[in-house]
Amino acid sequence: MPDSPSFALSCPFPIQDYPHVLMAHGGGGRLMHQLLNQLFLPAFQNPLLARQHDASVFEVAGQRLAMTTDSYVVRPRVFPGGDLGSLAVHGTVNDLAMAGARPLHLSAGFIIEEGLPMAALWETVNSMKQAAEAAGVQIITGDTKVVDKGKGDGLFINTTGIGIIEHSLEIGPQSVQTGDVVLVSGDLGRHGMAVMAVREGLSFESAIESDSAPVAAPVLDLLRAGIPVHCLRDLTRGGLTSVLNEIAEASGLTLAVEESLIPVREDVRAACEILGLDPLQVACEGRFAAFLPPSHAEPALKILRRHPVSANACRIGAVTGRNPPRVLLRSLVGAQRILDMPAGEQLPRIC
Amino acid sequence: MKFIDEYRDAAAAKQLARQIARLATRPWNLMEVCGGQTHAILKFGLDELLPPQLALIHGPGCPVCVTPVEIIDKALEIAARPEVIFTSFGDMLRVPGSRQDLLSVKARGGDVRIVYSPLDALKLAVQNPEKEVVFFGVGFETTAPATAMAVFQAARQGVKNFSILVSHVLVPPAIEAVLSSADNRVHGFLAAGHVCAVMGCEEYHPLAAKYRVPIVVTGFEPVDILQGILLCVTQLAEGRAEVENQYSRAVRREGNPAAQKLIREVFRVVSRKWRGLGEIPNSGLGLRESYAAYDAEQKFGVAGLVVEESSECRSGEVLQGKLKPYDCPAFGTRCTPEHPLGATMVSSEGACAAYYRYRRTPVPPAS
Repeated sequence: MPDSPSFALSCPFPIQDYPHVLMAHGGGGRLMHQLLNQLFLPAFQNPLLARQHDASVFEVAGQRLAMTTDSYVVRPRVFPGGDLGSLAVHGTVNDLAMAGARPLHLSAGFIIEEGLPMAALWETVNSMKQAAEAAGVQIITGDTKVVDKGKGDGLFINTTGIGIIEHSLEIGPQSVQTGDVVLVSGDLGRHGMAVMAVREGLSFESAIESDSAPVAAPVLDLLRAGIPVHCLRDLTRGGLTSVLNEIAEASGLTLAVEESLIPVREDVRAACEILGLDPLQVACEGRFAAFLPPSHAEPALKILRRHPVSANACRIGAVTGRNPPRVLLRSLVGAQRILDMPAGEQLPRIC
Repeated sequence: MKFIDEYRDAAAAKQLARQIARLATRPWNLMEVCGGQTHAILKFGLDELLPPQLALIHGPGCPVCVTPVEIIDKALEIAARPEVIFTSFGDMLRVPGSRQDLLSVKARGGDVRIVYSPLDALKLAVQNPEKEVVFFGVGFETTAPATAMAVFQAARQGVKNFSILVSHVLVPPAIEAVLSSADNRVHGFLAAGHVCAVMGCEEYHPLAAKYRVPIVVTGFEPVDILQGILLCVTQLAEGRAEVENQYSRAVRREGNPAAQKLIREVFRVVSRKWRGLGEIPNSGLGLRESYAAYDAEQKFGVAGLVVEESSECRSGEVLQGKLKPYDCPAFGTRCTPEHPLGATMVSSEGACAAYYRYRRTPVPPAS
């Protein structure tokens, strides 16, 4: 209803620039952040939402809890290393872990397109069950809607998660400090390239498997060991690039990372080269970045490397100072440049 | 990764940079023609390794950037039709026409799809006989053979619901346009390696001789580009003006004769408008009369559409190396990747996009 005068008068989003929602508004880049900051946040404004963390932390009767929600739409529904069902569990469990919470319960909402093969639905649900068991959470409530054929892409799933916080740290961008080291929990870009390879019909010598996995266990281990974690963020849409820029922006600090230290597997790099994509902007579903004081970097890495999901954890850079909020990257040949927030979704290039 | 890692080696890059610095005794301007090279230079910060008297000027070799707004508007008009599946390489979708871009047409219900090859578009035409499938044929000599192959195959298979919106352009006339300009200040060129992989190096000899400039056929990785610069600077230091081939692992002197033959079979050389540069004689490719049935402009009656370019966008000067992106008053303010005034700000090979993404300011960021 772009022509409705009431909408035009009250909507703070510059709709004259974008009378229609574009794919890029969901791409994890600058356009999506504009949509969040100018449309959703002003509409729902409150102090908890304003923190803009992966999960919101609030207190009930003296106990801190975390809550998050996410909707899952992925084509193809099954990809090497995972499927829509496991993704819908891992994504939400991981968002809770990024608040330092122990995931407890999930809800699951299914929007099903008429005509979806029952076997496909069963496969997805079964995969959710297994993923939930592996992550130590229960799906305790749910909802089902069926929409007309052509009105949905087979199956959409929404999951909401609740977790409990069993430490006293404030984990979030506001706690990041100058001197903090930046760790990543493993190699980047596998999920995005696994999905894209199937979607675009690209085949490589061996299939790239998604990194989709729950990461709560290594995170909780860090916290139990008393590592004073300042911030955690999972590297989903927009990849490492988007996350580092979000943290720089929210903390008002400059981050500096070394290209040569950022782990990207050879097959992922090759696939990105072929398509003209930047692996640092490709989504992961089982990787996170951690910000913590330099004196705790080695013990933290030791703990992370004990878990298969974060066995290749490593240090990629540091928080170098106050202002301006930006991310610098030292390139492979030793020169320094900006690592900028991607504008929208990545588009494969001409030549 | 083989063929990548050895060309991104920091020690080799620094060694080349030292050699370049020893030879660059006078202020010289080198133009890298290809936008892919421009992005590699800024992405890896290669210009920071060079001595201050050596300037890299970014040339007109970004196919997306030089596509005139008129053709984009034609694409938008065709893509909005209900019977059309409009296919394109990904880069073109965000390029602004005079009012909107292809992504907006898609958001309003147009069937706009990304393909990786024109042959995929032809396949779509065969699979959807009730639809008209149009491919946006953009690019230099690099992508022209693939477009030619799709048209050739369509004709052979008798596919009637397939057509091409042709906007192919040629590199040598663009180099000549830069060199013949009264205020030209380019002393040497890095020619685009992939273009020469198709066309060979022969057509650059007359240019090097006529304008007395070194032209070095160069690849796209950091070590390639620095080697290209070194060859170019060596020629300048020795007073030579020749065509040399840095990218010999991909480029043969005669190029790819099969691809050239296919281009000649389907296309003829025509004059084309370049965004920001105006019309350049004999600078593009158009379908031959015998393949006119595959010309989307004729099929959809948009051939007569004439559109003026935005007067605020100074991409013409950027594309000729006369203006650095950050010296444009609109750069980063009224012109950003989300609100581009011109294609140089959105294309993955555009110079303005490269500066916006990696640099923002004339001075490299301090640590």
